[in-house]
Amino acid sequence: MLFLVYKLTLITVILLVSLGIAMYATLLERKFAGFLQDRYGPDRAGKWGLLQPLADGGKLFFKEEYMPNTADKFLYILGPCLTMLVALLTSAVIPWGPPLVIGGVEYTLQVANLNVGVLYVFAIASMGVWGIMIGGWASNNKYSLMGAIRASSQMISYELAMGLSIAALIMMMGSVSLNEIVAQQQGWHWNVIYQPIGFLIFFICALAETNRHPFDLPECETELIGGYHTEYSSMKLGFYLFAEYINMFVSSAVLATLYFGGYHFPFIGRLGLSPNVAAILGMVILFAKIIGFILLFMWIRWTLPRFRYDQLMRLGWKILLPLALLNLAVTGIFILLKG
Amino acid sequence: MEQYLFYGLSTIAVFSALMMVISKKPIHSLLYLLLCFFTLAGHYVLLNAQFLAIVHIIVYAGAIMVLFLFTVMLLNLNIKGEQSKPVVARIVAVVAGGLLLVALVGVLRGIDNNPTLMQPNNQVGMMKNISDLLFNEYVLPFEVASILFLTAMVGAVMLGKSESKVLNN
Repeated sequence: MLFLVYKLTLITVILLVSLGIAMYATLLERKFAGFLQDRYGPDRAGKWGLLQPLADGGKLFFKEEYMPNTADKFLYILGPCLTMLVALLTSAVIPWGPPLVIGGVEYTLQVANLNVGVLYVFAIASMGVWGIMIGGWASNNKYSLMGAIRASSQMISYELAMGLSIAALIMMMGSVSLNEIVAQQQGWHWNVIYQPIGFLIFFICALAETNRHPFDLPECETELIGGYHTEYSSMKLGFYLFAEYINMFVSSAVLATLYFGGYHFPFIGRLGLSPNVAAILGMVILFAKIIGFILLFMWIRWTLPRFRYDQLMRLGWKILLPLALLNLAVTGIFILLKG
Repeated sequence: MEQYLFYGLSTIAVFSALMMVISKKPIHSLLYLLLCFFTLAGHYVLLNAQFLAIVHIIVYAGAIMVLFLFTVMLLNLNIKGEQSKPVVARIVAVVAGGLLLVALVGVLRGIDNNPTLMQPNNQVGMMKNISDLLFNEYVLPFEVASILFLTAMVGAVMLGKSESKVLNN
């Protein structure tokens, strides 16, 4: 019973934190864009525009709900729901911090300690395509369909390189459990030092998987109006847009966990902290890393122009895929030589 | 608890498999099939084969079904385009299906006394055990199968290429 209560609390907290971070990431994004373009960004709603996300959310809820006549009703509604569901699922396997000890009982800060954690993340990432495909198809609009097809071919192409870069990491770690991978990166032994090329490939693929700039061809306004969500309005559109920010948060968390030591930080063991303080500090450090990655995502968005479609495919198939294969081979040879 | 889960999952699996066959719209069939795959993955988890469950989802739900989805969307199949089959074909289909059912029942009847199934090993689905088997005992069939896939892939590309050449001429 206690176990159930603790897991439910953990799930609720993680859900609320992901939603909260995604909500304020929208504000951060606009502020950041303002900073890069030498203007203020939103500053009217509340102090420093802090109420802006609430205002945006309220606006989306009260907008007119429009559904095209020719749409497949059930699938049209299912699309955004699936996108949101898939975006929220990944956070279940991420270890958010070292275990907390309350009243002599150890509480791990991870919802499900799967022994196939990395593969789970990968499986959910490969499911991301469904919400977009179904929504784009059900709208019964050629722009939506084009956007959906672009999104899925992009995701399928970049999943290959992503899987291969993870494979090299798994070979090094000898485990696919996220807990184990974080535990092996204690102190300065971050994977990014041993797998810099793998990290770069994974990062680029994460950008492509979340449909962020410069890979946001599925919603390319100049060619496709709005891509797969052209026909969506009100909160259904809000779900699609919001899922992108949740995806960004979750992929930042995965990046920090796989390559940047998760909740580890050099010298944290030498400070002589009690386990609970160390756990909270570890959590803070993980969140600092995550926010750092989110800022990097935004920096890239407001710096680089969008790819052309053939450039996107060339990068995926002719550069990233061979590079990932080479990385895999070199990692294999190193492991063999090291014995 | 496990038994309830098993029955729940099985009910959904059978229901979605039936709906996949019955549905009029191809895309609805496809989504029911997807649901069916997820319930099968749930069965794998119940058998303590988490690795198989995840790989099942990655391969079937993430890759193969997306390919099906592409085909269905691009061909734009709909109810109007569906031709009604002639009566003879329907009768043949029913007979063939019935025969398959009889064969399956015949196979499953004798399974209670099968000695290999009488000793359940709940660790066999773990990633380590599967990889041990694949890369030690069955390494040759494994590699041969991967070469077979590669051949099939190259063959498909070749077929596609030669066709476009014919069209250009």
